[in-house]
Amino acid sequence: MAHGPAKGLSRWIFTTNHKDIGTLYLWFSFAMFILGGFFAMVIRAELFEPGMQLVRPEFFNQMTTLHGLVMVFGAIMPSFVGLANWMIPMMIGAPDMALPRMNNLSFWILPPAFLMLASTLFMEGGAPNFGWTFYAPLSTTYAPDSVNYFIFAIHIMGASSIMGSINIIATVLNMRAPGMTMMKMPLFVWTWLITAFLLIAVMPVLAGAVTMMLMDINFGTSFFDAAGGGDPVLFQHIFWFFGHPEVYIIILPAFGVISEIIPTFSRKPLFGYSSMVYATSAIAFLSFIVWAHHMFTVGMPIAGELYFMYATMLIAVPTGVKVFNWISTMFRGAISFETPMLFAIAFVILFTLGGFTGLMLSIAPSDIQYHDTYFVVAHFHYVMVAGAVFSMSAAVYYWLPKWCGRMYSEGMGKLHFWVSFIGFNITFFPQHFLGLGGMPRRYADYALQFADWNMVSSIGAFIYGASQILFLYNVIATIVAGKKVEDAKTWDGANGLEWTVPSPAPYHTFSTPPQLDNAKAH
Amino acid sequence: MLRKALRLFSMTLLALPTLLLAQEEEVTQTTILNMPEGVSTVSQQVYGLHMLIFWVCVVIGVGVFGVMLWAMYFHRQSKGHKAENWHESVKVEIAWTVIPFFILAAMAWPATKVLIELYDTSEAEIDIRVTGSQWKWQYEYLGEDVRFLSQLATSQDHIYNLDDKGEFYLQEVDNPLVVPVNTKVRLLLNATDVIHSFWVPDFAIKKDAIPGYTTETWFEITETGIYRGACTELCGQGHAFMPVVVHVMEQDDYQFWLAEKKQEAAQLAAMMENVFTLEEHMARGEQVYTASCSVCHQLNGQGIPPAFPSLVDSAIPTGPIEEHLNVLVNGRQGTVMQAFGPLLNEIDLSAVITYTRNAWGIETGDVVQPIDVYNYKQGQ
Repeated sequence: MAHGPAKGLSRWIFTTNHKDIGTLYLWFSFAMFILGGFFAMVIRAELFEPGMQLVRPEFFNQMTTLHGLVMVFGAIMPSFVGLANWMIPMMIGAPDMALPRMNNLSFWILPPAFLMLASTLFMEGGAPNFGWTFYAPLSTTYAPDSVNYFIFAIHIMGASSIMGSINIIATVLNMRAPGMTMMKMPLFVWTWLITAFLLIAVMPVLAGAVTMMLMDINFGTSFFDAAGGGDPVLFQHIFWFFGHPEVYIIILPAFGVISEIIPTFSRKPLFGYSSMVYATSAIAFLSFIVWAHHMFTVGMPIAGELYFMYATMLIAVPTGVKVFNWISTMFRGAISFETPMLFAIAFVILFTLGGFTGLMLSIAPSDIQYHDTYFVVAHFHYVMVAGAVFSMSAAVYYWLPKWCGRMYSEGMGKLHFWVSFIGFNITFFPQHFLGLGGMPRRYADYALQFADWNMVSSIGAFIYGASQILFLYNVIATIVAGKKVEDAKTWDGANGLEWTVPSPAPYHTFSTPPQLDNAKAH
Repeated sequence: MLRKALRLFSMTLLALPTLLLAQEEEVTQTTILNMPEGVSTVSQQVYGLHMLIFWVCVVIGVGVFGVMLWAMYFHRQSKGHKAENWHESVKVEIAWTVIPFFILAAMAWPATKVLIELYDTSEAEIDIRVTGSQWKWQYEYLGEDVRFLSQLATSQDHIYNLDDKGEFYLQEVDNPLVVPVNTKVRLLLNATDVIHSFWVPDFAIKKDAIPGYTTETWFEITETGIYRGACTELCGQGHAFMPVVVHVMEQDDYQFWLAEKKQEAAQLAAMMENVFTLEEHMARGEQVYTASCSVCHQLNGQGIPPAFPSLVDSAIPTGPIEEHLNVLVNGRQGTVMQAFGPLLNEIDLSAVITYTRNAWGIETGDVVQPIDVYNYKQGQ
């Protein structure tokens, strides 16, 4: 098994190697991150001042829609799948993923899907313009023709996610090194295992929703058309039955990453490993029974409203447990502040802020005031960007030396961190004020009292956007010219099997299962 | 040296947002930071609930981040702190799982009380049907025979920066909703095309208007004044341009206004049989066109093809009047062209048809009369 990768382009097209596929996923998701970020820059540039300056409202709506879709389905989700591909086999001592050919397929159907989605921008009638939540009937009767391409793209993304999930479940359940029991798995593996089950449960629901749309648009059915006896609110129930677990699909792997990084740089074992596992499972379970908290203003009966409020509030308990555990891990450790740790600490602080606003949003009577305003926009960017994206940056800096055998520049890494951190907060913190002050989301233009904060927010967005160029530079500079790392273990506080293989990790690792050192399982 | 410089740099950057924020507050006194307390009988309770949860979060946040910052400062490797090895404590873990339950229960109690009150639409003195359409609101005072459209009054010139923006830019309408003070008003909401959502922050009400549904909400306002709100559910390109404006009056003024509206309606009904000249209809038609058509078809009739066809190049304004009536009264199925039959009265419909058949260089000379529209509607 000593052979290396194939040469040239065929290496990447036909590869079944988990590291190659992980690399493909990571670069693809970064490309999508830049594309989605570009859409965000258009949005923030238009909102820099009141009045329509750069684009028409019609195009503005296409930008908000594509920004959401590309970031959720193109940037964040594939980036964590890429991370799973790279890290899960190395963390559990497996030679590769359980289903390598499917692994190849699940990646290679993604680029055509996004090419198709992006191509709608050039179609007559324009790209999808109904928001990433695509509520019917705006997305059916009133949608541009390109909606059919959007539906097909969503189907492909769903298929890719389901294949990726099956692969992860099969790998984790079957291919752990001897002696690695479930409760000895690294937390990143645990969170991904749970995420994979969530994906398998809800992706078909999303597929069902878009199929019903397709039927309504092209085959004369009336699932969501009131005029034909259908129900527009049914769409929202189906969408959010997918959409709420989707939020945790995005954030659970991020929890896993943070649970790896904080113990390393605190030089102290993760506090409450088993309660972390239980809390993650509890969050996953709760995610299925809270969906209608996105719908507090549709006029549900009060019993439904109360139930969804109470159930949603409960999420604060396991989420709180996670935050307390991370902080207890740091407490009385020997903390150092390398770039991954900075991102991880920022994650804990900013994600917790997003959690607080989440708790506020769960209170139905006040949610009626927050609903569909910039307060919500601020809330979910605190969990999506400062949560998912920050943890992803942390993960890249943390494992990059393992991936390419070279060390990034600490100074440049810290610069990237600080510019991101500050840019992010200047962008999104004022959006809390905008929302509370009464600015609805998805507005192409706004009243004059919102002008100040919008300008601040746009400036922040440009800073945050620019900081990602630094990120790209850092990664490329490291791969090309970073200082070579000699040790298998880059970080003195790190534990786990991935740090027992050489740096860079050879093309094939763990062709024979490793001996597990009991004390250092997780 | 480098590390020191880096640390200095980091500290400056950290302080920057605080400085920025502080300055921002000084510059404009009107800078918004928080939810309005509002003027309805429940809005203050909603505000109170919002502030209660906010302060609970602040207290928890100070505790949690305090411990974290403590650890970050005192348990640093660079200060020589040695890591300890403990990583479990069943007692502590049970405590921080159980205590939050009680905090949450303490929040849920007042929230439930306020929610029950928000849902109590019984015994309303006035019922108003609110209908959302792309991109306007229609208000119908049930039992009073008063019905009118409420549309954005800000001109396209203001939006496209050809003219200075006024104080109530995008928050002004031609016909506001008018209600009396200290009176329980029930709103019954629905929509004709896509989902809209009716929001007035000062009243603490927000309710979706959904095609095929009737949703309801209520308010009782304690202070007269003009209150401004918005549509909060994405409803297409005009989403940001269909504000809600509510004029809350003393009971007497409201009655006076209502009588006036009824009279207007009666006058309109009387005018139904009038025969209008081309000049009269061109003037009226232009107003109707500007308010109801120009967002899509544009003031110059050129539209934004392909979504919004040009009227100048279209066969409709020069073709048979029958087809023109059909498009306006029934809309175009499967497009954003909505049915204006239920939205505009016969006089306005006939005026706007006349206008589009005689504007922008089109000169058919046709004058469509209200009775033609009436007969067309009856004939269907």
